[in-house]
Amino acid sequence: MKRTRQKETKNLILTGVGGQGNVMASRTLAGMLVDAGYIVTIGETFGMSQRGGSVMSHLRISPDSVKSPQIPRGEADVIVALEPLEALRVLTVYGNPQVCVLSNARPAYPIGVITGELSYPSGENIQVAFQRLSKAFWIIDATSAALALGNPVLSNIVMIGALAKTGLLPIDRRMFEKEIKKTLAADKCAVNLKAYDAGGGMIK
Amino acid sequence: MTKLLSPAKSKVLFLGNEAIARGALEAGVSVATGYPGTPSSEVIESLAHVASERNLYVEWSVNEKVALEVAAAASFAGLRSMAVMKQNGVNVASDFLLHLTASGTRGGLVLVSCEDPGALSSVNEGESRYFARMLEMPLLEPSDFQEAKDLTKWAFELSEQIGNVVMLRSVTRMSHASGNVICGKLPVKSRKAHFEYDGSVMDSSRGPMISTPVVAKHLLHQEKLKDIEALFEKSPFNRYVGPGKPELLIITSSACFLYAEEAVEMLGLQKRVGILKLGTTWPLPPKLLEKHLRKTKKILIVEEVLPFLEENVKVLAASLVSRIGINTFYGKYDEMLPSAGELNPDIVAAALCHILKVKRKTLPANYLNDSQKAAALIPVREQTFCAGCPHRASFWNIHNAIALDGRKGFVCGDIGCYSMAALSPATGYHTMPTLHSMGSGTGLASGFAKLAQFGLDQPILTVCGDSTFYHAVIPALINAQHNRADITFIVLDNAGTAMTGFQPHPGLAISAMKEVVPAVDIAAICSAIGAKVAVSDPFDLETTGKILTSFLADKGLLKVLILRQACALSPEKKGKKIFDVKVNESLCLGDACGCNRLCTRVFRCPALTWDRTTKKAVVDEVICAGCGVCVSICPQKAIIKL
Repeated sequence: MKRTRQKETKNLILTGVGGQGNVMASRTLAGMLVDAGYIVTIGETFGMSQRGGSVMSHLRISPDSVKSPQIPRGEADVIVALEPLEALRVLTVYGNPQVCVLSNARPAYPIGVITGELSYPSGENIQVAFQRLSKAFWIIDATSAALALGNPVLSNIVMIGALAKTGLLPIDRRMFEKEIKKTLAADKCAVNLKAYDAGGGMIK
Repeated sequence: MTKLLSPAKSKVLFLGNEAIARGALEAGVSVATGYPGTPSSEVIESLAHVASERNLYVEWSVNEKVALEVAAAASFAGLRSMAVMKQNGVNVASDFLLHLTASGTRGGLVLVSCEDPGALSSVNEGESRYFARMLEMPLLEPSDFQEAKDLTKWAFELSEQIGNVVMLRSVTRMSHASGNVICGKLPVKSRKAHFEYDGSVMDSSRGPMISTPVVAKHLLHQEKLKDIEALFEKSPFNRYVGPGKPELLIITSSACFLYAEEAVEMLGLQKRVGILKLGTTWPLPPKLLEKHLRKTKKILIVEEVLPFLEENVKVLAASLVSRIGINTFYGKYDEMLPSAGELNPDIVAAALCHILKVKRKTLPANYLNDSQKAAALIPVREQTFCAGCPHRASFWNIHNAIALDGRKGFVCGDIGCYSMAALSPATGYHTMPTLHSMGSGTGLASGFAKLAQFGLDQPILTVCGDSTFYHAVIPALINAQHNRADITFIVLDNAGTAMTGFQPHPGLAISAMKEVVPAVDIAAICSAIGAKVAVSDPFDLETTGKILTSFLADKGLLKVLILRQACALSPEKKGKKIFDVKVNESLCLGDACGCNRLCTRVFRCPALTWDRTTKKAVVDEVICAGCGVCVSICPQKAIIKL
């Protein structure tokens, strides 16, 4: 697929829950974009604060300069979420009428919800909020696709495949393949490519 | 070939910490040491990966003080070396550091402190910049990834020039952020280590390395600092962006430069506001500051966390007042910016709006309204122990033993993932009410135990992790034994420095460079000092519970229980379930069971959830790590191992 070069900085937030492969996904995306000649800044935190907690990577994709590793409030262009509640959390802080949201459908319940002290919003409520707060949104069952491939952690790659298909970022399958070949063994590359393709297939 | 060894001129995406590691390699570093601590750990980790290829010696030292001592030995022998730690690690190293800055160094020695404004992964937001001023060390602060590499390289040269330690300070948003870096050349190293000590005591390049005669050496050091100040005047790492006569001058450093730049751009203030970005923040270059302070009357200082730069600039401005006139300073002292927590572009933009009386574009009112409504639906996601975490089982055992004992015992906490038992009390079943620095749990327990003569009759427990045991617990434990402190000391041994990414520690038979090394046994140390020692598996609730109960009843001595079970995220365990665990729906009585939802309401494992329609417990197969502990807690035996 031929893609035109973007002229302005694009702000992408990748979010999820600790352990979902958020950091790996953001680095893979960034690696692809650096190879394509962009100046990419990723802001993230990892460590104890992420044990079972919310995680967020801020990607600034600029044609020419390093940007703040924290995106200002209300300035996200794209939100990719490995967990729907986290999509909503990020959307209410960094969203604006032009933002696009791509979210995994499967919830990971916060401990307060498990104990019964808090409640998790219904799928319907989440969808209504996405509708009101974004220009476009996609909700896909990335976890089921990943489970079908044998490992739930592949959800992050399913999401990258889906993101590429939306056309929101100047990325494609060839770039993805080149990037994962730098770090992964051949057998792992194959299953990652399958996950990538499964994601693309979920975007209509 | 690893990314860290990319050829010169290649453009690579580096984590800030990788950029620091690359800068050290380009400077020809030979010895690199550290103690793991977020956000610093990746510097040493990435150097360890290339140790054999680059002929380095890389060490995870027992603690930060020893790390600095090991690095200093290399410097004394003429090699370039670095010690890397998180902010509070500098406190641990500081006693040696005080004497080291007094004796001076030989081969370039760089102290890297990666700090955590906002305490994103710490229980403090301590600042080590004040050590630079207090101990008179040159201080460098990178504000992007290229600078993280280039400043690190330069730091080694400066250190050799001044014959003393140079400090490089990074922050989480630099160390754990990533960006493009253009690589420089990796040198061919030719230095041979040799320690010369026959020269005069005042000859720091050939004489003995000691801090005396103190005053004479102190004066000599201060003279050399003047040379550094002169170099800083011309440093390309200090630069100004903005109009010739700005209405407002921002003085900033580190990641705060990127926030300031973003805020100015966001508000379209490029023609009204200038930014002086400093890469050399102590000592300040006075002529450079004078040149820029003359440009305007209004100055905003943007930094994290405390007003270190602000104080230094103000002191300088006061001495220049006859030449530059009176300026108005904005920053922390007038509360324009907060003196606690990290900054971001929004906070800086708000300050700019206030000072320059401009307004930031806002989102449409109906959008904000909808956004607020949606935000009200979002439950907080509290930190908790991972599914399969041995600490959950350990605290379950501890809680039950304390409850059974009935004297309101408590646990003095320590630093590791198990700190969450204090940060989020329900996670530790409300057993751990104190939390301070590494090793302090044992010191506090030793103190509490001596309060019996003043009426304290509660059993005293304390916990520490395996890596923490070696780092700072041993002296406190010896103190407890020697002073007959009646404490139950529990080592939560999860087979590595888990919280920071499974770095090895002295208890393991492997080094940072993957060499086989002697493991130092915790149980043997505790037995050797005379404590009563037992070892158990925290997943075995019955055995562990019995030991704990008997320890609490056994008065007047130091008791040590080592709870061994590897971290659920450790490379050997991750993704592998010991058991497939399931709830047998026909056995689970749900709300009708007298347990009052012990499994989900109290036990709090993220994989064990409550189905609100069937009103029964259910195991989430995606999250479950298969530890099987919940099987032991269900009174109805409805949770089963397959």
